[in-house]
Amino acid sequence: MLIKNIGKTSISDDGRSRGLTEADVTDESVYVKRRQVLKGLGFAGASSLLWANGVGGINTANAATFKTKSLEVVKSNSDLVSDTLTPEAKVISHNNFYEFGAQKNEPQENAQKFNVDPWSLTVTGEVEKPFTLDYQQLFSVFDLEERIYRLRCVEAWSMVIPWLGFELSKLIKRAQPTSKAKYVAFKTLYDPEQMPGQSSRFLGGGIDYPYVEGLRIDEAMNSLSLLSVGLYGKTLPPQNGAPIRLVVPWKYGFKSIKSIVEIKLMEERPPTTWNILAPGEYGFFANVNPEVDHPRWSQASERRITRGGLFTRNRIKTQMFNGYGEQVADLYRNMDLRKNY
Amino acid sequence: MSSYRPSSRTIIILKCFVHTIALVWALYYYFLAINDQLGSDPVKAIIHFTGMSALNTLLLTLMISPLAKLYRLPWLLRFRRLLGLYAFFFACLHLVNFIFFELQFDFSLFIEEVIERPYITLGMAAFVILFALAITSFKRLQRKMGRQWQALHNMVYLAAILIVIHFYWSVKSDIIEPGAYVLALLILLALRRAKLLSAYYRRSN
Repeated sequence: MLIKNIGKTSISDDGRSRGLTEADVTDESVYVKRRQVLKGLGFAGASSLLWANGVGGINTANAATFKTKSLEVVKSNSDLVSDTLTPEAKVISHNNFYEFGAQKNEPQENAQKFNVDPWSLTVTGEVEKPFTLDYQQLFSVFDLEERIYRLRCVEAWSMVIPWLGFELSKLIKRAQPTSKAKYVAFKTLYDPEQMPGQSSRFLGGGIDYPYVEGLRIDEAMNSLSLLSVGLYGKTLPPQNGAPIRLVVPWKYGFKSIKSIVEIKLMEERPPTTWNILAPGEYGFFANVNPEVDHPRWSQASERRITRGGLFTRNRIKTQMFNGYGEQVADLYRNMDLRKNY
Repeated sequence: MSSYRPSSRTIIILKCFVHTIALVWALYYYFLAINDQLGSDPVKAIIHFTGMSALNTLLLTLMISPLAKLYRLPWLLRFRRLLGLYAFFFACLHLVNFIFFELQFDFSLFIEEVIERPYITLGMAAFVILFALAITSFKRLQRKMGRQWQALHNMVYLAAILIVIHFYWSVKSDIIEPGAYVLALLILLALRRAKLLSAYYRRSN
């Protein structure tokens, strides 16, 4: 059981711990490192708390906040990462999750009552041993690790987020894919009663639901591909894709599908939501590529969201494959990435 | 019908009121954005805020003459230039935000964006029109230019159309909000169809 002290103690969203400190739940070296990072930032929390209290138009009218729980990890890549982390308050309040509203702040406002337990994630399709994980199993079947990744949105902003999760390859191997398994399809929960954007065009931005995404099998088996069940030491808040979401850090953010209920191995390339909506703008691969512009956004550079107001100089050059070329460039040998955008 | 005529003192007070609302409104948002309290991405937020304020103020400006005519309140016309200039003021802030805070003075990127992103091209075109209208908005210049002044200032309708399309194209998938603006603009233009058509025929003859 890797969820420590469920029910007994938890860290709530307002940042106050109840008899449990971060040191209790995180590997000590990670913890110390993180303290150093935070110290370096002059403690990000101070300004974060300011927002949480509703200063500056962030709606906190929904008093009932979703309860997250602390998670334990067996290892972390934090020693290898030099990027400044995006403060947690920003990670959980600036979200593209149209199921809860198409404005960046709406998912946090509309998702707090989202019910993730019970949950059921089915692994099916071209596999020898299909299986289903329930809510508890999402956290207990595989060892959890912390992965700090850059997240690059197609809208030309980016964050650096400490995810908790396990490699997608572990889950796929467990199902024993057949030789026909060439693609992996993902599906988000379809539940218009809980996800108001799915039934309201006004809120949901007019895309077709359920949200679907896909990867080629070799992309899915790459060790960077992560199934995340948490961030910043705790289970995911709903606006970030609770209880389980994909994270593929070398692709634009919309590939990293949230609140997954089905993972299906397939012989044919599966349809993907944004590609269906605007095939000329969003490709199947959607690899971060500074040389191929989106019609509405230059992809040559990005604004990194960390701390700081208007005067922060946060525009940086976008890197090929979001800086993960060493691990993934081989997947696309002999492919024209202008055509396969 | 009513024929309420405010004294010039009342007009001045009302104008001060408009100044106060517009400036306090803008200052408040800038204060929040500078202190990182305007959502997670204050840059996007302030760009959106100033852009929407420019569009809303422009539509408000265009509402004045139909309202003045309908309710016979000619004094309303005395607020038209003031509101028009505030539309330009917010458009200036919108552009300045884009260059200063979004592109962070990368002027080659700015040129590239204006050329390659159709919605930005339209936005810039609209800005140039508003700029021309603003610098010719003085009474003295208006008298000096005579007919030409009216012809130039009829371009405000073109600017409004460009700005609404600029907004429509900048949105990722939602069409309801920009759609509502298209509708509002069409109504405002329809109220002036006689004027617009005659201006069009005069030009084509």
